[in-house]
Amino acid sequence: MTDTTITPLSGYRNDTPYPFCPGCGHGSILDELNTALSDLSLDPAEVVIVSDIGCAGLSDQYFTTSAFHGLHGRSITYASGIKLARPELTVIVIMGDGGTGIGGAHLINAARRNVGITVLVFNNLNFGMTGGQHSTTTPQGAVTSTTPGGNLEHPLDICGTVGVNGASYVYRGTSFDKQLSERIREAITQPGFALLDIWELCSAYFMPANKFGRKALDATMEQLGFDSGILHRREVTEYAEAYHAAATASGARAAPVPIDTTFEAALTKDLAITVAGSAGAKVRSAARLFGEAAIRSGLWASQRDDYPVTVKTGHSLSKLVLSPEQAPVDSGGLPDALVLLSDDGLRKAQPLLDQMPQSGVVFTVPEFADVATKARLEVIDPKMSPTRVVNAQLPLVMLTVVTSRLGLFPVDALRRAAEDKPFADKNLESIEAGAALAD
Amino acid sequence: MREYIDGSTAIVRGALDAGCTFFAGYPITPASQILMSMMRELPKTGGVAIQGEDEIASIGMCIGAALSGARAMTATSGPGISLYSENIGLAIMGEVPLVIVDVQRLGPSTGGATTVSQGDVQFVRWGTGGGYPIIALAPSTVTEAYWLTAKAFDLAERFRCPVFLLTDKDLATTLTTVELSSYPEIEVRPRETTTVGSPYRYDPPDEVFPLHEFGGEHTVRFTGSTHNEDGYITKHTSTIEALNRHLADKIELHRDEIELVDADPQPGASTLILGYGATGAPVRAAVTRARAAGDKVSGLVVHSLWPVPHNAIDEALVDVDRVVVPELNLGLYRREIERVAAGRQVVGVNRVDGEMVGPAEILEAMA
Repeated sequence: MTDTTITPLSGYRNDTPYPFCPGCGHGSILDELNTALSDLSLDPAEVVIVSDIGCAGLSDQYFTTSAFHGLHGRSITYASGIKLARPELTVIVIMGDGGTGIGGAHLINAARRNVGITVLVFNNLNFGMTGGQHSTTTPQGAVTSTTPGGNLEHPLDICGTVGVNGASYVYRGTSFDKQLSERIREAITQPGFALLDIWELCSAYFMPANKFGRKALDATMEQLGFDSGILHRREVTEYAEAYHAAATASGARAAPVPIDTTFEAALTKDLAITVAGSAGAKVRSAARLFGEAAIRSGLWASQRDDYPVTVKTGHSLSKLVLSPEQAPVDSGGLPDALVLLSDDGLRKAQPLLDQMPQSGVVFTVPEFADVATKARLEVIDPKMSPTRVVNAQLPLVMLTVVTSRLGLFPVDALRRAAEDKPFADKNLESIEAGAALAD
Repeated sequence: MREYIDGSTAIVRGALDAGCTFFAGYPITPASQILMSMMRELPKTGGVAIQGEDEIASIGMCIGAALSGARAMTATSGPGISLYSENIGLAIMGEVPLVIVDVQRLGPSTGGATTVSQGDVQFVRWGTGGGYPIIALAPSTVTEAYWLTAKAFDLAERFRCPVFLLTDKDLATTLTTVELSSYPEIEVRPRETTTVGSPYRYDPPDEVFPLHEFGGEHTVRFTGSTHNEDGYITKHTSTIEALNRHLADKIELHRDEIELVDADPQPGASTLILGYGATGAPVRAAVTRARAAGDKVSGLVVHSLWPVPHNAIDEALVDVDRVVVPELNLGLYRREIERVAAGRQVVGVNRVDGEMVGPAEILEAMA
């Protein structure tokens, strides 16, 4: 099935001629890369060339190293994944200036992270493969197929961008630089993120459209105030190395937390309880502790939470279902009991209160003693507690009252559930307050 | 002994037990819990977890890592799947084993971040260009979330392709009580790799050949472009045909290996209630209630949504003249059932208000 014209491999370049236009700079940069790899004598199987999309994206096919040819603008992400999984590999990205636009976020963030990859930007100031459109690096005033009246946008300073964001090695030059292979070699051996912004000529589009030539490359850089040469070279810890160093101290995997069933529940049929309060007021954590106490009493508990995207504002509803038997979780339907704690909770729970039948029961504080519902109201005044109850304690205080008044399971199960958890003292205090208020 | 656990925790545990060594993700409600757990847990096992600068970077890093010896997973919600789209195609084309968790929230667009939905059922099926088969598994309980995550890793290796675990806000964040002994043992399928021959093979078309990984003894070529078996871009028509048939046949001709359902048939029942994911529990509850009331009814909870498990559904349809399909969307999977159950009455029970379909609504639709 082989239809390729690629000839047998030898060295880092295979014998197939480049497919680039006459006068294009891509071939000479690739020759310099070949020289750099040869000077380093790396095992071709230990080198991965990750090519982006565009004319420069064809480059990997002419090398004998391993290769990854993915999506436009994303080459840096694949290269990062390869490097993180196999830090010993040499990973080289070949991308055009187009890739610095569509993949700009990856460029900045890889530099910031200092993942140990080397990025060669084949910067010919426009999109060559798709018909000479302007790119992020097209100089102002330049004519392209999408800027017929001259480019209005300021060109991206690639080196400046990655440089200020921590890249370990940054170089700008042209495909005509005599020492380009040496610069590439330095970049490959430098730990951390290295980038070479290599300006070159697109003989198909940018040159004829702008009467542009070799001298104009240097002149444009100067005009823009873009420095050339090695712009940054700093000692950094390569990301994968830093990651694995930090990971060695991270301990053992989280194991399941078994809950023993040492208490007995009186519940004989399913009971749904909704706690309606405010976000950030410990509704969910109190409900969780209550559910765990139910499990300790041999019940099967579930807890479905409803809250807005904000964290500490708005409502927080926890719907608990306690069941004597293991059964599919039924999150629909009305609660048998509702714990109403705040205005936020009321706004969300009012439809439930409207529909709850007389057989239902609502536990609330004096503030909502006149709430509209057919369900039976049990008003608990936290001020009657022997200890002062603050707002953040209210959900657990009230759930303790519910436990005791409805005779669901022993309050001791709540105490036991609270014992070995964070904030044990405060939670135990809430449980005692609830137990006293229930009497 | 029991535990009180949410689906996100079970998914992370299932992934780690299945040998996951790489995770990359971007924060998004309601999938962030998986990202946070992975950031905490994966380094402890010698693996790598990283928060990407966006969803595109996250799945990109996963693909790079998966080809470099890692078993990779990412997790997001609907908006993130949109951003994964192009890379899902790359993973299909490049035959990359990869697990993608979609914790569905209400859409379209930003939609309801903390609101349950099943709106991505067709999206994960057709979420990238080309129209190639995809594998998607949908857990309906925490225990299933555990072993179906592991199954997703297994199928990703078996078929060298991306596999979706399609879950939702409710399963990911709802706490339930689980008997510890209910978790099955996970058997990890060793990755088959080789350094011999071409990195891609199309003959026979349905066969999946061992992966060539980066960093082995020989060089490897990987590409998302239409390629020959050596990984070089091709315009050779019979090679293109062979590649594209292979990508489809390796899954389509092995549907039997993927089919997973929880069938609860009742002899003599003429009604089948069929659900998946979030509607699995209400389907089971409705079946129990209907039988308690003396009605005959069969239940089917589909675990392998894609490819559609034709054999299992056909089997469940014997003697059935009516299928009730509750969904938290406007009938996205029902259209598949209408196709498979042609000639029978197919009734949808649909909610898109962020509330769960209850067993009572299902029974009402049957009345």
